[in-house]
Amino acid sequence: MSTLDKEKHIDELEKQIASLAVFSEEQGLDLSREILKLRKKLAALRTQNLKSLEAWDKVTLARLRGRPTTLEYIDYIFDDFIELHGDRGFGDDSSIVGGVAFLNGRAVTVIGQQKGRDTQESIARNFGMTLPEGYRKALRLMKQAEKFNRPVILFVDTPGAFCGIEAEERGQGEAIARNLMEMSRLKTPIISTVLGEGGSGGALGLAVADKVFILENATYSILSPEGFATILWKDAGLAKKAAKVMKITADDLLELGVVDGIIAEPLGGAHKDRESVFKKTADLLKDTLTELSELGTEELLEARYQRFRAFGSFHEDIQHEER
Amino acid sequence: MLRKSFQKQYFIVDGDKVQPKAKKMEEIPDCCIKCPGCGETFLEEDVKKNLMVCKKCNKHMFITSEQRLEDLFDDGEYQLLFADISTKNPLDFPGYEEKVQAYQKKSGLNEAVSIARGNIDRMGALVGVMDSRFMMGSMGSVVGEKITRAAELAVVERLPLILFTASGGARMQEGIISLMQMAKTSAALGRLESEKLPFFIVLTHPTTGGVTASFAMLGDIILSEPGALIGFAGPRVIEQTIKQKLPEGFQSAEFQLEKGFVDAIVDRAEMKKTLGSLLRMHGGEPNEHIG
Ligand SMILES: [Zn+2]
Repeated sequence: MSTLDKEKHIDELEKQIASLAVFSEEQGLDLSREILKLRKKLAALRTQNLKSLEAWDKVTLARLRGRPTTLEYIDYIFDDFIELHGDRGFGDDSSIVGGVAFLNGRAVTVIGQQKGRDTQESIARNFGMTLPEGYRKALRLMKQAEKFNRPVILFVDTPGAFCGIEAEERGQGEAIARNLMEMSRLKTPIISTVLGEGGSGGALGLAVADKVFILENATYSILSPEGFATILWKDAGLAKKAAKVMKITADDLLELGVVDGIIAEPLGGAHKDRESVFKKTADLLKDTLTELSELGTEELLEARYQRFRAFGSFHEDIQHEER
Repeated sequence: MLRKSFQKQYFIVDGDKVQPKAKKMEEIPDCCIKCPGCGETFLEEDVKKNLMVCKKCNKHMFITSEQRLEDLFDDGEYQLLFADISTKNPLDFPGYEEKVQAYQKKSGLNEAVSIARGNIDRMGALVGVMDSRFMMGSMGSVVGEKITRAAELAVVERLPLILFTASGGARMQEGIISLMQMAKTSAALGRLESEKLPFFIVLTHPTTGGVTASFAMLGDIILSEPGALIGFAGPRVIEQTIKQKLPEGFQSAEFQLEKGFVDAIVDRAEMKKTLGSLLRMHGGEPNEHIG
C-alpha cells in the first residue's frame, strides 16, 4: 500500500469514528470503548504514515488538488488585501495574484502564484504556470513596494514557468532573468514561501529573497521528477527514483541551505487542517519581518547577496589560480 | 492533460552527446566539411580560414571557445582566470564526477565556460566564453562561480565584461544547486550594473534554459550570431507540450531580434570590430600593455 493509499484508509477510519459517534448519540448507546479503540488505531496509523512519507509522496501531496492555495493564505494572514493587476505592457497574467495589504498592521506588498481550487479556476489560472507578463507584473509590484518602503511577501506554487509559443515570443527567459537581478538588490525586505510545487525557474522568479521558507510537504526543484527522469534516464517512469535523488523535499532543501525554515503541516498534509497551517505561516512571516526590519538596507542587501553567492560546490587548486 | 505534457519540461540538458566538431558524412573526404546549412562541401581549411562560416549561405558553424578567445583578443593573447575550479558532486549524484572527468579529458576544457582577460583593440576586457562541447554548456556550480567571479572582478578592476553564451540550460546532476546559480550570477551582474560598468552579451548557438533565464538576457547590449537558437524552453519540449510543430525559424536569433530581445545580429567576421567599437563608446581607452 502506498502512503497515499494509507491516507485514504485513514480518511475512512475517520468517517467511521464520526458516524459511530453520531450513532451512539442517536441510539443512546455507550460506544466510547469502541470509539477509543478506533481512535488509537487511527493515531498509530497516522504516526506511522508520517514517518514513511517518501519524496514521491511529497511530490503527490505538493500537487494535490485541494491543497490550500495562495489566495486562501492571503485571505487568512493579511488584512484589507487589494488586488492590483497588470504588467503595464502586455496584460494581466491570472497565474499570479498580487496587491497591497496589511500584515500585522504594517502595509506590505503580497504576490503569489495561484493554482486553481477547482477545474474551472485551474484552467483560468493556467494551473499556476506563469507567463512573462506575470513575472513583469510581480516585478512592477515589487518596485512599487521598494518605492514606498513596503516589505514584499511572496508565495510560490507552480509546476514551472509557462511553456509555449506565446511565452517564448514575449521573452520568458528575459522576464525571469530580470526578476532575479532586480530582486537581488531590491531595497526592501523580501520573504518567499514555497506552498506546494516550487517548479524550477518558474519558482525562482519569485524566490530571490532574504528568507525562503517551505511547507513540510512542498517541493522545490530544478525540474519535475518526470522531466528529470526523461532527460537523464530516458524514462519518465523512473520519476519516483528521480524524486529521491534530486533532493527536493523540505528537509533536503534545508540541509542544502536552499530554504531557511520549514512550516510544519498537520498529519496527512496542509489540507487536513488549513487553519493551523495559515496560523503557523502568519506567525513565521510576522516574526521574520520583525527580524528583517531591524537590519539596515545595506546590511539586508549584503546578506541577501551572500545568501545566494554561497551556492555552489567545487574545489580549486590555488597554486594554479591564474595561469 | 496540461499537467502531463508539462512534465516533459524545458530545461534540457543531458550531456550525453558531445557535439561533433562538424558533421562529416561518409562520402565527404577528411579534408572537407559539408555545410549543415546549404549542404555544400568545402575544404576544411577554407572554412576554418573563414571562421567556420559558410561562404555560400553564411551558416555560422560550431567554433571552440579557445578559437573564439584567440580570434577576439589582440594578437590572440589572453590570460585564463579561475581555470582550476572544478565541480564537486553536491547531490552525490551517481556517476557525476566520472562523467565530468570524461568530458574534461575529451574536450580538454575544465568546464563549460572559460574566463579570460586580455585586450580588444588595446582596451582591457574580461571575457567569458561558454563551450557547448562540455556537457552541452550546462550551468552547474563551476559555471555559476566563474561567471560570478568574472562579474565581481570586473567591478574591482573597473573592466567591461563580455560573455559569449552557449548552453542547453541547467546541469541536471546538480539539481537545485544548479538552479541557484541563476540567482547567484544574476545578483553578481546586478552589482556590475549598479557600478555602471558595461556588460555585453553575445548569444551563440544554442542558448536556452537557465542561462537564457539569467545572465544571457541581462546584458546592457545583447548581440547574437546569425541563426543561433535562443529560447527559454527548448523547441522539442515546446512541441511535445503543445503537440504542434513550431514554425520555421522559431527562436532563431532573427526571431528574437524581431520580438525585441536581441539588439543586433552580428556576423562572426564583424564581431571583434563591433565589440571594439562598443567598448570605445562605453569609455574604453586604448592602453599600452596587456593586463
Ligand atoms: Zn552553407
